[in-house]
Amino acid sequence: MLAIAAVAMFSPVESLLAQQISGAGATFPAPLYQRWGVEYNKVNPAVQVNYQSVGSGAGVKNFMTGVVDFGASDAAMTDEEIGKVARGVVLIPATAGEIVFAYNLPGVKGLKLSREAMAGIYLGTVKKWNDPAIAKHNPDIKLPDMPVKVAYRSDGSGTTFVFTQHLAAISKQFDDEIGFDKSVTFPVGVGGKGNEGVTALVKQSPGTVGYVEYGYAVNNGLEMASLQNKAGNFVSPDLENGAATLANVQFPENLRVWPVDPEGATDYPIASFTWLLLYKKYDDAAKRDALKGFVNWALTDGQKFAPELGYIPLPAKVVEKAQAALATIQ
Amino acid sequence: MASPNESTLQVGRRLPDLFRILCWIAGAGVVLVLGWIIVEIAQSAWPAISKFGLEFLSNSAWVPNRERFGVFPFIIGTISSSAIAMLFAFPLGLAIAIFLSEDFLPLPVRQTVRFVVEMLAAIPSVVYGLWGIFVVIPIVKTIGDWTTERFGTVPIFEGPTYGNSLLTASLVLALMILPTLTAISRNALAAVPPALREGAYALGATRWEAILGVILPTAAPGVVAATILALGRAMGETMAVAMLIGNSSRPSWSIFAPSGTLAGLLANQFGEASGLQVNSLMYAALILVVITLGVNLVGEWVLRVTRRRTEGIR
Amino acid sequence: MGAACDTTTHGGYPMNSGTAEPAIGDFLGGIHSKGTGFRSLINRILTVLCVGLSLLTLVPLFSIIFLVVKNGWPLLSWQTFVELPPAAGMVGGGFANAVVGTLVMVGLGLAISAPVGILAAIYINEYAPNARLSHAVRLVAKLLTGIPSIICGVFAFAVIVSTTGTFSAYAGAVALSVLMLPTILLTAEQALLSVQSSFREASYGLGATKFQTITRIVLPDALPAIMTGVMLAVARAAGETAPLIFTALFSQFWAQSLNEPTASLSVLIFNFSTVPFPHQIAMAWTASLVLVAFVTVANVLAQWVFSKKY
Repeated sequence: MLAIAAVAMFSPVESLLAQQISGAGATFPAPLYQRWGVEYNKVNPAVQVNYQSVGSGAGVKNFMTGVVDFGASDAAMTDEEIGKVARGVVLIPATAGEIVFAYNLPGVKGLKLSREAMAGIYLGTVKKWNDPAIAKHNPDIKLPDMPVKVAYRSDGSGTTFVFTQHLAAISKQFDDEIGFDKSVTFPVGVGGKGNEGVTALVKQSPGTVGYVEYGYAVNNGLEMASLQNKAGNFVSPDLENGAATLANVQFPENLRVWPVDPEGATDYPIASFTWLLLYKKYDDAAKRDALKGFVNWALTDGQKFAPELGYIPLPAKVVEKAQAALATIQ
Repeated sequence: MASPNESTLQVGRRLPDLFRILCWIAGAGVVLVLGWIIVEIAQSAWPAISKFGLEFLSNSAWVPNRERFGVFPFIIGTISSSAIAMLFAFPLGLAIAIFLSEDFLPLPVRQTVRFVVEMLAAIPSVVYGLWGIFVVIPIVKTIGDWTTERFGTVPIFEGPTYGNSLLTASLVLALMILPTLTAISRNALAAVPPALREGAYALGATRWEAILGVILPTAAPGVVAATILALGRAMGETMAVAMLIGNSSRPSWSIFAPSGTLAGLLANQFGEASGLQVNSLMYAALILVVITLGVNLVGEWVLRVTRRRTEGIR
Repeated sequence: MGAACDTTTHGGYPMNSGTAEPAIGDFLGGIHSKGTGFRSLINRILTVLCVGLSLLTLVPLFSIIFLVVKNGWPLLSWQTFVELPPAAGMVGGGFANAVVGTLVMVGLGLAISAPVGILAAIYINEYAPNARLSHAVRLVAKLLTGIPSIICGVFAFAVIVSTTGTFSAYAGAVALSVLMLPTILLTAEQALLSVQSSFREASYGLGATKFQTITRIVLPDALPAIMTGVMLAVARAAGETAPLIFTALFSQFWAQSLNEPTASLSVLIFNFSTVPFPHQIAMAWTASLVLVAFVTVANVLAQWVFSKKY
């Protein structure tokens, strides 16, 4: 009975005419995409864009089975996956983020981590906070004689993918022993579910270090280490340094690229785009136009919501390429 | 004029048969649903089953990027976390069930207790997880540090203590299965015919002699059913466990070390899995179902034994 | 089971029997003139232990409820029941669509699982307790309790979402019904089992048919206990995230039909509790509070209705 009563009030009249677009995929950009959905609905009430975070893997699967109008993924799509979509695929980089080393060491601020130390911590070879690999580059900090507790993502995630991809690029040993993927098996540490799980692990236990998305570290007041980039400089994780990394990226034709080990002097080393997955052909013209309108708005006006939520706005050069790709959709 | 009367009469006569058939269909439907689910799971698991075979059960490595999959640590974690949870929950659940069906304290107090226990069933799994993070983890860490310092040489108390550990997950699980355990046990106790109790009193038994000697044995099948139901729930519980157990695939004896469960593994990796990893996760799900089957068979056996013993009473 | 008073009069300690038992409310269980000193001591210790354990359990329970109320209260207002969920970085808003979505999906799920579960329980307990099918149903029901809830979601995805081509409230309801079915079935079976056989015998003795006995005698007597099972199932289903995340998904907007992504409280709680934005996290707590309150009220109402009727 409840159900029947509820169905009656289920469909407020004003929303009956709206064009519905549904998407699903990556968890990391979900807050921004959902914000876009709400904000765009204010600008253009005739379109409702509904995005749900189910994870990049499920996002790609849903996109391939065609149960959504668009997908989203931190790892884009592989050529093999793209080949299976008969309607064709257009990859659009929509926003970007950076991954930070968040740590909890009472009284220690401004920690610097060398490339050697980063890999060593996750390989389990750097066991104490006063290990020479860390101490060497932090002469001003009195590091405690404490075990390094390592926190990692227990769930599969684009964050782990980008993070391990970087470590594998800078350390041969890491590449050999652990490799990179959306979920890998670290020889040390404890797994937290989601960014929030790792954040909680770091926050609750002194001596813990973990990798999380920038927004989580900022909003939870975690200390973030400056990381050594390819040029040898220690770069702090702020959106400006992240934007520098992205601006230097050279795009291939399919727009699928990772700045695995960026070379610029002020580039923050671990940053990545995240992609919207669109079909090349849409049968429903009204839906196609609404979707194209939304994505175009997101690439331009929508970018201004990125910084406050902890994302890196796309550099103008990238927006141009993305818009060109968007125009190819029929 | 007679025809409508006759037809209603016929419907009336047929109704019992119709009802019986309906009940049969419902029963058959339930069996079919499980069959269907298992076929779905087995189908998606098949590539992993044919590739890894039974080694999947004994292999400890879960390395998605190298396509090496084994669930031994997760099987151990599933069994030990629900067993430890039951260790805590069973005495508590039974105590509450007895407490609720006896008159130790006035009715309003008992009603409040029952009300609170029932509220527990309504709390979403995620909230249990959050509560565990904020409340249980600090407590477990304190207890763990104290214990590992003194009894660290005993394998199950080995340090270092992690907040996200087997014990944390088990404690929260114990609480989560309490409403199921309590509600069904209480119904079973309440269903014991009053005459039995009166008989025991008449023979000079004290209240607890009556409870332990007559009422509990009579209610045993119901209590066992409650335990199995609760155990099934504990083993299948996903979100809260995934948030608290630390999700490690490194086997450890210590209750203060991170562990992992099959359901937690699914919750963690299903969303981002692809290819053989999906198949392996489905294989893991299949194993979980088989373990529940095992528990139920044991439960069934216990039930039969207790029934035989109390046959005369019912 | 009905209200607690139901319990005491029906199966618990018989209040009106004039035995030598102590008066109602005697905390220590009373000293029996008929027991020896040692036996009454044991009796007393056990009583204290039982009451102590029961009250001890209340500590973590109150801790959870306190946490939910403390964190959920600040944002609770009329607004939360009429507005749509806030996106990241926004303030205000509510979860009206999620409340409706949860009601619809749990309602639909119950509409599937309650009849099937209860009818199946009647079959295995009343019609053919020893038939092969009945044994199978019993075992299957227990097995179903062990199916991880996420598998219910995956199943409904394969069966409904992939065939209809869209996430929907239907798919969510089917996933929830699979989840609720074993709880309803098993508690209903226990409820029927605990109807005293003398009731049935008396009914047959008066010349009633099996059908009449079941519908007029057995079911009414078992109904309060069946309701316990239904409420347990509803409580669990309303709070489950995993079966909905691949079936109903979620929506920031009002659903226009049952055949599109639909919001629910549990998915909202899950989504919002895993973001770094304080306002959404606070909203997740408020949603938890509403969910707990909703299930509790439903529970109390159901029991009140049934304790009055029977």
